[in-house]
Amino acid sequence: MQKGIKNNTVKSELTEQELLMGVAKNDQKAIELIYKNNFPVIQSLILSNNGSYDDARDIFQEAMIVLYENAKTESFVLTCQIKTYVYSICKRLWLKKLQYNNRFTTHVESLEETVPVEEDIENQERRNTDFVIMEKALGNLGEPCRGLLEAYYLQKKSMQAIAHSFGYTNAENAKTQKYKCLMRLKKIFFSQYNTGD
Amino acid sequence: MEDNLILDAAERYFKGEMSPEEKVYFEEVRKNNTEVDLLVVEHSMFLNQLDAYGQTRDFKHQLHEIHKELLTNGEISEDIDIKPTGKVVILWHKYKKVTAIAASIAGFTAILISSLISFFSPGNNKDILLLNRKIDQVMHNVKLQDNKINVVLASNSKVPANEVATKGGSSFLINGKGYLATNAHVVEGASTIIVQNNKGQEFKAVIAHIDNLRDLAILKIEDIDFKPLISLPYNIRRTAAELGEPVFTLGFPRDEIVYNEGYMSAKTGYKGDTSTCQIAVSANPGNSGGPVFNRNGEVIGILSKAQSKAEGVVFAIKSRSVYETMDDLKKDDSTYAKIKPTNTGTSMKGMDRVQQIKQIEDCVFMVKSFTR
Repeated sequence: MQKGIKNNTVKSELTEQELLMGVAKNDQKAIELIYKNNFPVIQSLILSNNGSYDDARDIFQEAMIVLYENAKTESFVLTCQIKTYVYSICKRLWLKKLQYNNRFTTHVESLEETVPVEEDIENQERRNTDFVIMEKALGNLGEPCRGLLEAYYLQKKSMQAIAHSFGYTNAENAKTQKYKCLMRLKKIFFSQYNTGD
Repeated sequence: MEDNLILDAAERYFKGEMSPEEKVYFEEVRKNNTEVDLLVVEHSMFLNQLDAYGQTRDFKHQLHEIHKELLTNGEISEDIDIKPTGKVVILWHKYKKVTAIAASIAGFTAILISSLISFFSPGNNKDILLLNRKIDQVMHNVKLQDNKINVVLASNSKVPANEVATKGGSSFLINGKGYLATNAHVVEGASTIIVQNNKGQEFKAVIAHIDNLRDLAILKIEDIDFKPLISLPYNIRRTAAELGEPVFTLGFPRDEIVYNEGYMSAKTGYKGDTSTCQIAVSANPGNSGGPVFNRNGEVIGILSKAQSKAEGVVFAIKSRSVYETMDDLKKDDSTYAKIKPTNTGTSMKGMDRVQQIKQIEDCVFMVKSFTR
């Protein structure tokens, strides 16, 4: 009953495919729309299954990241509605968390239909470990290396601009420093990454 | 230095910055030299990792911002009514009245029978009295010990007799409008309260609510010099932290803000008190009322007591109590109805500790209580 109403409002503004493309492109509007249409459903799922508002927020955002990562891969085809997909992921993630915390091991009560998402969640877990390793490696790097690499590789600033803001006399010096930093980061990253496998 | 050039070339190659001739030459080199090829492949894989990291991080940040925005716009909310889903719940809603009537009849009958028995049976009230006294004795001991612990943290005996400042502690903002949380024992009986931030600015504050049972007090800064903040960098968690989770504290055991770190050591506090938890961190008098953060920079507790005879055994009130105290406050006084603890999500997840502290430190205040 409620489902029908919600789908109509989504469709009148953007199609599901357009929404998914929007997510892949970090489009604020698309993400906001998915967020506000789905979060309350997830919130009531988690709250009625031994969870809190904080849990709901964390789980929902985790699911949004899964959606985002998938939307970016070209081979990904969504066979159901975004709503169903997000719901399935959240339910699965929440069940996992409950089991992990040993709080409750029976099934999670739910009203909505779900689709199998095991594989996506496993992929996400792998991505999460990579993310954490990179985060730690960057953290261990220290300044100014971290700032330098972030400015160049993540914020995609030009070497000139970086040299200026970090106070190197020219872009060439900054580049040499960047290379040294990158080597250090690689060393830290791979020492963790290979043992992790 | 040769690796330097190869990697630089590889980066330009993947970015498509090479001229066609250069591209052909580079591909030729890769084909003929396995070592170079391996290096290039490894490097491209690493750059992909770095790129993926950056994108995910940005997206996480975007999600946080959206959540904050939707929350302020009221499009999503913290508290929602849950529709009953379980069979038991539905049955309960259906038969609530019947159950209530049945229960009250049962209760009435039980009282009637027990009063009849006590009326007709020979009086032996001595046992009951004795039992009462024993309980009193236990309570008295608990109180005595609690007081001892409080004294260790709260008494600032170094203050000379001619000074009026009697007690000191720490506190932190629970929303941008100048509401602070601290321990009740820090401000109890104070006639004037001054809070001071890390820059040394002092503000006048009043007690908005004091809850001796939870040992929590809500202060409100009432000072024209205080500029309200739009949002706080951290949120206050409703759920408890897990055992072994790393935590850190900020507080004012001296005139300077002091950082400390430790871990969650027990989910209950002194003598099994479930509203508090035990953390292993070094704390000194003056740390009382200071916030305890988890690694994401979320408030999980309020430092309150330390065991005097054990090193590093510190108790913190669980952050959930802040919400409960706020609810009490709202019940007491309707002018506070709109005041809410911040819970828009922390923007410090995954941040370096130094960066986190830079964001938090402006929200932690020293409390000085004065008595006439």
